Amino acid sequence: LAGMPSKVPGAMTMEKLTPYEDATSYNNFYEFGTDKADPARNAGTLKTTPWTVEIEGLVKKAGKYGLEDLLKLSAQEDRIYRLRCVEGWSMVIPWVGYSLSALIQRVEPLGSAKYVEFVTLADKATMPGVSSRVLEWPYVEGLRLDEAMHPLTLLSFGMYGEVLPKQNGAPVRIVVPWKYGFKSAKSLVKIRFTDKEPATAWNKAAAQEYGFYSNVNPEVDHPRWSQATERRIGEGGLFAKRHKTLMFNGYEAQVGQLYAGMDLKKNF
Amino acid sequence: MKKLLMHRAAKPLVFVLCLLPFAWLFYAAAADQLGANPAEALIRGLGDWTLRFLCIVLAVTPLRVMTGTPALARFRRMLGLFVAFYALMHLLSYVAFDMGFEVAEIAKDIAKRPFILVGSLAGLLLALMAATSFNRAIKALGAARWRRLHQSVYVVAALAILHFYWMRAGKNNFSEVAVYGVILASLLGWRVWEALRKRRLSAQRPARTKVGNAAALQKR
Repeated sequence: LAGMPSKVPGAMTMEKLTPYEDATSYNNFYEFGTDKADPARNAGTLKTTPWTVEIEGLVKKAGKYGLEDLLKLSAQEDRIYRLRCVEGWSMVIPWVGYSLSALIQRVEPLGSAKYVEFVTLADKATMPGVSSRVLEWPYVEGLRLDEAMHPLTLLSFGMYGEVLPKQNGAPVRIVVPWKYGFKSAKSLVKIRFTDKEPATAWNKAAAQEYGFYSNVNPEVDHPRWSQATERRIGEGGLFAKRHKTLMFNGYEAQVGQLYAGMDLKKNF
Repeated sequence: MKKLLMHRAAKPLVFVLCLLPFAWLFYAAAADQLGANPAEALIRGLGDWTLRFLCIVLAVTPLRVMTGTPALARFRRMLGLFVAFYALMHLLSYVAFDMGFEVAEIAKDIAKRPFILVGSLAGLLLALMAATSFNRAIKALGAARWRRLHQSVYVVAALAILHFYWMRAGKNNFSEVAVYGVILASLLGWRVWEALRKRRLSAQRPARTKVGNAAALQKR
């Protein structure tokens, strides 16, 4: 899957890429199991063709969109983003896709639409983790409409120049680089436009630990993980020094204005 | 069985077996075989083995009594020392690889994250027990005080489970916590049940002296 280098400001970090091997073997994708190695081991069963994404809710052009149509909806771009997991590790990944805003503009949300909800496939037959009760299935994530419209919010179909590996959320996923990784829903089957803040999977599981916004923020600690620093995966093994975590994962210049006037310690 | 346990080579053999997980982790870390996040894998591996050795050492007395194999008691101190060894390696690798030996950061982290505090407390207790594990320490402390100190292994078990539970609560993933919890709870439960049974027995035979009781406990 090929793309043109993106011209969106902030979309092409020059940092060293995480090795493909690490990015495809160390994953959180609980539909395939809770261990980091489980998705790579179990995701082979996922059937990604045919695939449709249903657009519904407060939108003019609701309906089912086939993957082929989504792939052609806008020009594919290369984007190199930092990915920061809430567990205190990070990667640098070259994605392929286009701004989610292109799709949103195409389906014409109503004036009343304020939020976008993303729903991941929950298929017991092909996803062994869906039988566990770790989370409420299907996995639901969400963004405010203006966050979803931000040019950095990516609808991604590939990484490292090829189609998305199944363990990384094939065939189509969201990537929101200034938020913790779990905000970026994988293997999308539904995108819903609503006027209410979506009840997201991790927020339902532990509201005091996972807020709706979940912007990367070194000032707001998670009770399990200090968010002040992060370990860059694939960087010199055991003795690699941890990096200082940056506000909005280093995308403050691009996205800071979305949160002007908000208390980010309350709206974590 | 008894012959095997009393064999000259039995203790060195158990010692080597107990070192194997550490040797494997050490080798894997050196050979970069610990996957994408080696520091996390090493810290977690050492934590897992601490819990496993805690289960093993707490199983010695129930096994000894239930199977009538007093020879098992020979291995208890060494197994206990291995609990402390794995716990301290776990703690040390957190200090080294998570915190980069920055004392101020560690102090902040302990204050900020209750599961780190609980883990550190358990480590401290284990270190105290390890430091007083030799025979002269029993004499120096007096048997009763020494025993009380070493009974804090039960506190360590509770703290270790709480530490593990709080850590896993971040990702809602409790299946392994439940396994260790059930094992440790049944090993402690057995002791409570035994103590109650003994008390019932001694109530039926009040002739037994206090000194005798203490000696009996001592042996356990």
